[in-house]
Amino acid sequence: MSKFRLMAPFMVLMLVLAACGNGDDPGNGGDGDGDLTGETVSVVVVWGGAELESFQAMVAPWEEETGATVEIESTRDIDAVLQTRVEGGTPPDIAGLPGPGVMAQFARDGALQELPQSVKDVLAEQYDAGWEVAGTVDDQLVGVFIKTALKGLIWYNPAQFEAAGYSVPEDWDGMTALVDQMAADGTTPWGIGLESGAATGWPGTDWVEDFVLRQSGPDVYDAWVAGEQAWSSPEIRAAFEAFTLWASDEEYVDGGPSTVLGTNFGNGGDCMFDDPPGCYLHHQASFMGGEGGFFETNFPDVAVSGETYDFFVMPGIDFDGVTSAGDLFGMFNDTPAAQSLMAYLVTAEAQQIWVERGGALSANKDVSPDAYPDETGSRSAEALTGAETVRFDASDLMPAEMGAAFLEAIVDAVQNPGDLDSILADLDAVQQSAYGQ
Amino acid sequence: MNTLVTALIVVVGVPAAVCGYIIATEWVIRGFASTTKTKLRPWLWVLPAFLFLGVFLIYPTIRTFINSLFDRTGEFVGLQNYADLFGSGGFWQVLANNALWLVFFTGVVVVLGLVIAVLADRVRYESLAKAVIFIPMAISFVAAGVIWSFMYNINPDIGTLNAGLTAVGLEPQAWIQEWPRNTFMLIVVGIWMWVGFAMVILSAGLKGISTELLEAARMDGATELQVFFRIILPLLAPTIAVVATTVVITALKTFDIIYVMTGGLFNTSVIGFEFYREQFTNRDPGAAAAVAIILLLAIVPIMLINIRRFQAQEAIR
Repeated sequence: MSKFRLMAPFMVLMLVLAACGNGDDPGNGGDGDGDLTGETVSVVVVWGGAELESFQAMVAPWEEETGATVEIESTRDIDAVLQTRVEGGTPPDIAGLPGPGVMAQFARDGALQELPQSVKDVLAEQYDAGWEVAGTVDDQLVGVFIKTALKGLIWYNPAQFEAAGYSVPEDWDGMTALVDQMAADGTTPWGIGLESGAATGWPGTDWVEDFVLRQSGPDVYDAWVAGEQAWSSPEIRAAFEAFTLWASDEEYVDGGPSTVLGTNFGNGGDCMFDDPPGCYLHHQASFMGGEGGFFETNFPDVAVSGETYDFFVMPGIDFDGVTSAGDLFGMFNDTPAAQSLMAYLVTAEAQQIWVERGGALSANKDVSPDAYPDETGSRSAEALTGAETVRFDASDLMPAEMGAAFLEAIVDAVQNPGDLDSILADLDAVQQSAYGQ
Repeated sequence: MNTLVTALIVVVGVPAAVCGYIIATEWVIRGFASTTKTKLRPWLWVLPAFLFLGVFLIYPTIRTFINSLFDRTGEFVGLQNYADLFGSGGFWQVLANNALWLVFFTGVVVVLGLVIAVLADRVRYESLAKAVIFIPMAISFVAAGVIWSFMYNINPDIGTLNAGLTAVGLEPQAWIQEWPRNTFMLIVVGIWMWVGFAMVILSAGLKGISTELLEAARMDGATELQVFFRIILPLLAPTIAVVATTVVITALKTFDIIYVMTGGLFNTSVIGFEFYREQFTNRDPGAAAAVAIILLLAIVPIMLINIRRFQAQEAIR
């Protein structure tokens, strides 16, 4: 009896602690696929603002149909949140994954659950085979793409182009000639912004990836992603050099390297709208344009698709190809409700909801090009589905440690392009330790 | 509903549990003689605290040390994680940054806090002045990081500092891109937040010094500087030590400002951030544990000095 009395206060405190913790255990007691009423699915995503609203709009019909509830939690620090919760044994049912590299790590740790047949059926019917491959680790499908973006677009301001007498280049030689012409005419051709908080430098990784794919081709690109191509090899070095030639030279980039590193990626193309223009060109993914894109948000009165901003796909150099990226979803708890939600999210019906709201491309073939609210969306969707060679964002595919070192290397290379030898040697060293785990 | 239950348990349950525990201890020792009771009682009362310390502090510390001896595949590697850290140039850079934080953050916070406390003591609008300086303390580090990111922004249309520079015809500066200037700029953010804390504590200490003593010194012809250095400063020394210890530990633990403002890039990383990076970016719990142990070892001497001081003070009383 005395023992119990001694323990009692602790038991109360433990109850308190338990109550403070995760109160909503995933409803494991699902009774088949049929009735999901009252079930909840916890979802952790990185989105905020308009993106979060679009996702909420996307899940609303599923909630209505099944009577289940989706509890969405939003965090910018998805890496830390997921790892902590997975290790603590309280993962969310479904979560956005930072990238395929991290997805593979979670899958090999056994944290990610294999996706059910219902998801595979939709993928087989409505997607190109490449998307299922991209979400597969060790022969198990563990990730699906909720939305995608086309990378390697060159944005320009048609009105300013016309005023200066420039025209969109046909090929890569035309591209470099145009850039040199702009510099010779006394305006810095490029606007680049690499600042992005803890992920500062990522738009630079996109630049380098676009160069690797177009200069050296998909085989080198794949080997590089797999950790089999040394960073100090001539192919990767050439890509870094091509990037810093423009990004570290104040004759080629608005404001010079310190502005490049200090300007947020969302404002990187702002100089195209200056009068007179501070720059004519901006290299960034499809999310810059369209309703809710950065251009129209930053310059609501000026930015008009097709008039004051437009894009062309970065021309091929020795090889043709485009890079893409996407937001992956994985399932950590294999509950009937989570399965049902995953299967719903990949359908054309669900995908179309976000597509119509703008800011996202869908990899689902059944989503009609007419669903895109603006030309940016439909044209980039066409470019993505029409390209022969599509490669996923390399820095997302690499192990997290490699990706982080890549970011640092971009920052260093822009600041000190002369130190490329030692920067690439450091990356080689990280490559040795980051792969093969 | 869940939150309501939780609140109820906390508000009613916790005091009830504490009372219950005290009653329980009385019941346990009821059979002993009253002198034994007096000796036993304090031990029983601190027992829960010890248990909590053991579960939440001592066990994790030992566990962290053990973790630091394994690599990320779970293989025992001895002190290799430590060797790797000290063998990389990056970690020495981190230690150098921590040293800068330790010296300049602590130094400026304590000195400025003391100066403001002493000066504010003499003006009529003391509480207003103190409130203004204390307000940043109420802001979270993350919010302060965001605010100062704007202050330092390279675009003069956004960055306050660069707006000032361009207004007088100077070139805008990339404040947080070049080492060591960037570390100092980040330390400024910390100082902005923590001076208020030092000031409030020191000001309270200052009020505790009897005015008769100061008046007597002045009557005997001491100058204001002599009063400050010979009377106020020695009497305030214990308070200064407490403030300095707190600030030193804050300096060593710095994380939020770095995380928000530079993400450890541009050579601004510190031990606290390196720990996070090893654990969550590099997914190397062994290396992260090693960083944590190094941080712990750096803090222990400061804690010991503080405890010594505390004991010495108790002895005087």
